Amino acid sequence: MSYSITVNGAVHEVDVDGDTPLLWVIRDTLGLTGTKFGCGIAECGACTVHVDGEAMQSCQIAVEDAVGMNITTIEGLLGDQRFQALQEAWIAEQAPQCGYCQSGMLMAAATLLANNPTPSDDDIADAMINICRCGTYNRVHAAIRRAAAA
Amino acid sequence: MDFTISRRALLQGSGAAAAGLIVGFNLGGPAAAGDGRLNTWVVVAPDGTVRILIGYSEMGQGIVTSLPQVIADEMEADFDRVEVLFAPAGVEFANPVFNMQGTGGSTTTRGSFEQMRKAGAMARDLLEQAAAARWFRPPALVRAKNGRLHDQVTGATLDFGEVALAASRFTPRPDYPLKTPSEWRYIGRAMDRLDIPAKVSGKAVFGIDVKVPNMLVATLAHCPSFGGTLKSVDPAPAMAVRGVRHVVPLDDAVVVVADGYWPAKKGLEALSPEWDLGAFADGSSAAVLAEFREALDEDGATASAEGDVEGALGAAAKTVEAIYEAPYLAHATMEPMNATAWVTEDRATVWTPTQGQGPLTMFGAQALGLDPSRITVHTTFLGGGFGRRFELDFSLKAMLTSRAVGAPVKLIWSREEDMRRDYYRPGAVARMTMGLDGDGMPTGFSAKLVCSSIMSRVFPQMVRDGIDNSSVEGISELPYALPARRIDYVMRNTDIPVGFWRSVGNSQNGWFAEAFIDEAATAAGKDAYAFRMALLQNAPRHARVLKTAAEAAGWGKADDGRHQGIALVESFGSIVAEVVELSVTDDKEIVLHKITVAADSGQVVDPRNFEAQLQSAIVYGLTAAFYGEIRVENGGVVEGNFDSYRMMKLEQMPAIVTRLIPDGTSAMGGAGEIATPPITPVLTNALFAATGERIRDLPLIRHGYDLGRARA
Ligand code: FES
Ligand code: FES
Repeated sequence: MSYSITVNGAVHEVDVDGDTPLLWVIRDTLGLTGTKFGCGIAECGACTVHVDGEAMQSCQIAVEDAVGMNITTIEGLLGDQRFQALQEAWIAEQAPQCGYCQSGMLMAAATLLANNPTPSDDDIADAMINICRCGTYNRVHAAIRRAAAA
Repeated sequence: MDFTISRRALLQGSGAAAAGLIVGFNLGGPAAAGDGRLNTWVVVAPDGTVRILIGYSEMGQGIVTSLPQVIADEMEADFDRVEVLFAPAGVEFANPVFNMQGTGGSTTTRGSFEQMRKAGAMARDLLEQAAAARWFRPPALVRAKNGRLHDQVTGATLDFGEVALAASRFTPRPDYPLKTPSEWRYIGRAMDRLDIPAKVSGKAVFGIDVKVPNMLVATLAHCPSFGGTLKSVDPAPAMAVRGVRHVVPLDDAVVVVADGYWPAKKGLEALSPEWDLGAFADGSSAAVLAEFREALDEDGATASAEGDVEGALGAAAKTVEAIYEAPYLAHATMEPMNATAWVTEDRATVWTPTQGQGPLTMFGAQALGLDPSRITVHTTFLGGGFGRRFELDFSLKAMLTSRAVGAPVKLIWSREEDMRRDYYRPGAVARMTMGLDGDGMPTGFSAKLVCSSIMSRVFPQMVRDGIDNSSVEGISELPYALPARRIDYVMRNTDIPVGFWRSVGNSQNGWFAEAFIDEAATAAGKDAYAFRMALLQNAPRHARVLKTAAEAAGWGKADDGRHQGIALVESFGSIVAEVVELSVTDDKEIVLHKITVAADSGQVVDPRNFEAQLQSAIVYGLTAAFYGEIRVENGGVVEGNFDSYRMMKLEQMPAIVTRLIPDGTSAMGGAGEIATPPITPVLTNALFAATGERIRDLPLIRHGYDLGRARA
């Protein structure tokens, strides 16, 4: 089957089975590898993308359900001014370690700040449910604080 | 293929781009080899860019910055014009500690510090000689400074790039000098990490992101029991799945190769492989650990001994004894195991997130029947390593699969396969006994340890007289004044594979020793900190670290309802003390309020990155202490994904207060693993202070505890 999906503003015809998770369409079919695979079962957030502006785990969305959605990956946010401010906060805090979880972290933080420009510590804790095996949590927290203050 | 990315492009015109730093990840070998190459590690381009080749693996520990920091300092390079490339595997990049190329044991920075200093100093010498020749001056009158060469007589200057080509034709003078520490400009300072711009842009290329033309994607299932093999598999059901191209049987696994990961996974699920489950088909971790407990009554090999322990224990006014048990643990790197290989008749190329380039070249050649010179290993970024990626299995399986199908293949393991085919932190059992005199001071200490030996599999030549140091480290040598002591080890190797897990033997033995010292302090009626300090009279460095942690944490001054635990563990040449402050709710929810860590690691190359390593290692240890347990039943691992092998999250993390104890005189210690061992004992010690319950087996969830949201 062929599905028409909108990723980073462009429409793509993808010829895959309808149950293929959006994650694998993004990575294997579209070749956008900023979105990561960590668990495949909605536990880690490494695969987080924006669907109509909200952070969602792309391993949980079948491509057949993604038709008509407005999907944004980290590649689609490069150059966006607000996202750049977030990246700079991340750099200032030297947040990443291995870096593997960080795309997902940034995608989650971006919607958190879009919806709530001055989050409390509890708001940050509620929103940032991504797993980081390197334990960058405190610097991620600090980077979100810094971006919110900017 | 060149994945060199400029920071400018990454941030697209942002203010931070002014620095113009470039992080290179070169997928096709050293783009910069040849002209301007000053030695194995340093190439200076005509535009003055200093390219540094790194033969180590970057898995988050920051070495793609800290090593260039050292080279650039001695070289007097301008750090803003430094570029880093991952070197292809080669003998010239051997880790001086291992004598082969590989990353682990917290050896990278301390093992190659002097080598990197010399590489930088040598490069500077060549540049100075070349400039001197240009100016007809004796080289002594030329000085390199911040990327430029200065004529001390006329004040004329040249950029490094202007003499780079000429410099590569000079021979280093035999006595080129190293800087004195007071002359260092980058060493000891916090530098922005060079890999971070790529890592906040989704552009860092991890193993799983590798793309090779005409590449297929594969996934695999291993035999459900350890030691079992594949008998047969009918490929037809997988081949009927759209997008599946091949089914490849391996010794102990079946691989499905397809156009993408998803069809490969669906194909795999359609198969009904027949396995020979092997001798361990009924094996379980419960039975193995029970056997370990029985083995406590056997005589072991003695790892270390001093004085007459039996006599000392017999004469003691009081003895304390306890048995501890540590579970098997998986590494669970964030990036699941994977590798991409392209194997043809006479050569093999592998792009892999490996910690073991050297052994991979050797064993890859062996597995494929090729000469090692026909194997090319490209190292990608590693999405975590923690020791797991020192193993070669994921790279070798990609190579075998590629050879079988005659095409480049990226083999990606599912999280479940990653969890169930690990080389685990060994499950371990310890019995410890301490004798106390009438004043509550130790008279003697004995410990017997039972666990599997990692080295027996990996480097058997390192097992001597029944002792694998990685099984006893963390307890065989303690800094405390113990008049008599003996540490024995009973080796029990089983079918459950064991491997290097962040901090290795220190991870369990550090807990055993420091939790038990706490028990002894309680039995002696003494404060846990004061008891330790009294035993550290001949260990001033250790005493200073412990005191620093205690003072920074406000030891003994916790608010009502809050409780503290303290511990001190030396590992990898570094001394680390930690204090945790926590409280426990009525329904056994633990709330962490603050963690304090003090470390003496000798010279530290980059204090900020060092601190990040300490934090990281603490989270790793906390996660394991609360949740970590790999159980084996029916020969295979029960846990499969993060729902059953849980992970600590952001909301649970308290603030971490760090104190680095500058010590320019001691040898450099490790950084990446050293804060893991103390965190488990501080936790169980604080829990005892809070509840009176001594936890002697982990994880804490087994005892009904969970970890709540942190609160300052
Ligand atoms: S891969 Fe989607 S949540 Fe982990
Ligand atoms: S930075 Fe390594 S998993 Fe988060």
